[in-house]
Amino acid sequence: MKSKLLSIFFLAGSFLLVEMPVVHAQDPAALMNDIRKKMEKIADYEAEARLKTEVPFLKVPDATVRIYYKRPDKVRIKNQNGISLVPRETTSISLYQVLHSPSQALDAGREVIRGIPVRIIKLLPSDENGDLILATIYVDPNLLMILKAKTTSRRNGTNEVELYYGKFLATGLPDKIIFTFNSQEFKLPKGVTFDYDDGSTRKKQEVTGNQQGKIEITYLDYSINKGIPDSLFR
Amino acid sequence: MWQLLQIELLKIFRKPRTYISFGAIAAMVVIIQIALKFDGQSYIEFLVGSLKDSLEIPYDHILNGYFVCFIILNLLLIHIPLLIALVAGDSVAGEANMGTLRMLVSKPVSRTTLMISKFLAIVIYTGLLLIWLAFISLLLSVLVFGTNDILIARNDALEIIGKNDVIWRYLAAFAFAALALTTVAALAFLLSVFADNSIGPIVSTISIVIVFTILSEMQIPLYDRTVKPFLFTSHMLAWKGFFYTKVDPGGSSLPGTIENIRAIGKSSGILLAYIFGFVSAAILVFNKKDILS
Repeated sequence: MKSKLLSIFFLAGSFLLVEMPVVHAQDPAALMNDIRKKMEKIADYEAEARLKTEVPFLKVPDATVRIYYKRPDKVRIKNQNGISLVPRETTSISLYQVLHSPSQALDAGREVIRGIPVRIIKLLPSDENGDLILATIYVDPNLLMILKAKTTSRRNGTNEVELYYGKFLATGLPDKIIFTFNSQEFKLPKGVTFDYDDGSTRKKQEVTGNQQGKIEITYLDYSINKGIPDSLFR
Repeated sequence: MWQLLQIELLKIFRKPRTYISFGAIAAMVVIIQIALKFDGQSYIEFLVGSLKDSLEIPYDHILNGYFVCFIILNLLLIHIPLLIALVAGDSVAGEANMGTLRMLVSKPVSRTTLMISKFLAIVIYTGLLLIWLAFISLLLSVLVFGTNDILIARNDALEIIGKNDVIWRYLAAFAFAALALTTVAALAFLLSVFADNSIGPIVSTISIVIVFTILSEMQIPLYDRTVKPFLFTSHMLAWKGFFYTKVDPGGSSLPGTIENIRAIGKSSGILLAYIFGFVSAAILVFNKKDILS
C-alpha cells in the first residue's frame, strides 16, 4: 500500500515536472533560447482572422482576412473578398526574425501585464548597421509566451505588438494581436478630391509628422505546418 | 400639358446639339476608362501618396468598376452642368432667335403652362443624360473592371466601403445629381428668358457655375463662412455625402450608414429652393415680357 502510494506520488510528480512550466529565474539569454525553441515548432501557418483597422485617416470596415506566415519572416495578410490596407512592416507580427537575429539579451526588470507577471528582456543586435536597433520583449516566464514586444528599426521606427492567448495557447500561437505602427500623414489637395463639406464634427487630424496606426487581428482558426508555397508571399 | 410637353421634347431631341452632350459624355467616360485600364495604378499611387511606403496597397483590387465610376463622376459632374446649359439656355432664347416665340405665345395656352412644359422637358433631358452617364460610367466600368470594395479619397482621409454596400449609394448619388443638375438647368432656363439668342444664357450659366465652383472650392475663411454656404455649387457636391460613412468608437466604418444625412437633406432643400426660385422667376418674367421677336 505504502509503495503504491509512493508510486502514485512519484507519477504525479513526474507529470508536474513535465507539464508544469519551469519557473525561470534563469538568465535572459537562456530564457530567450527557450522561447526560440518553442517558436521553432511553427514552420508556417495559415489562419482565418478578423481584421480591425484603426488608423487616424482611414475609415475601413472590419474584414475577414487570411493570414499566411512562413518562417523566418514571411507574413501576408490577404483580404480575398475586398480591400484591406495593412502595414508593410509585418515581421513584428511573427517576431521570429526579431528573436533570431544575433543579439545580446539583457535583463530589464519585471512588470505585470494584464495581471500576468512578466520579465522584460532587451535585445541588443550584434550587427550595429542592421535594420533592427532595439527590441524589448515582455515574456511570461512560466508559459514561455511573449505578451508584448516593442521593436525599433531604422526603416519603420518603433512598432509595438501585444499578444493575447486563449484557445490556441497549446499551439503557442496567439488568439489576438494588436499591432501599433507608425503611419505617414495623409493629405490631398481639395482641388483634387472636390470634397463635400457636410459640416460633420469628424475629428480633424493633426497632420504633422508620423501618426500612430493600429490593427487588431483576432484569429478564428489556424492551420499549422501544412506547408505554404513561397509564391503566396509575392 | 402632356401634348405641350411632347412638343417641347420633340423640339429638344430634333436639334443635333442635344446629342452633342450624349456624345461628349460617352467620349469623356471612355477616355477616362481607357486611361485607368492602362495606367490606373499611377492614379491610385497619386491618391495614396506616401502611404504606399507604410501600407500595402492592393492596386488590383482598388482598381474596380465602382472606383472607376466614382472617379468619372468626380471629374464629370463639374463639367456636365455645361452640357445641361447647352439645352436649357436655348429653350426660350432659341425660340426668340428663330422668331417662333411670338407664334408660340399666341396659342391658347397660358404662358405659365408653356414655361412649365418647357422646364419639364429640360428636366427629362437632364434625367436622360444622367441615365446615360450612369449606364456608361457605372455599368460599363463594372463590365470592364469588375467589382470590389470602393476606395474613396477625401481631402484628409481614405474610406473603404464594402462592395455589397455600394449600389444603393450610387442610386442615391445619381438621384441627387439629378437634383443638382436640374438646379443648373433652372438657372439657364431663367437666363434664357432674358435673351434673344441662346449664346448669352449658355455662356452666362457656364460663367456663373465656374465662378461659384471656384468660390466653393477655395478655402478662404471669409467666403467659407459668408458666401459658400449659400452657393448652389457647394451643395451640388452633396452626392458624395452618400459615400461618407459613420465610424464606430473603435474607428471602423459602419456599413449601411451615412456620415451626415442631415447635411445632405439640407443641401437638397437648398437646391430645391434654388430650382423653385429660378423657375418661378423665369415664369414671372416671361409672363410680363413683351415678346417682340
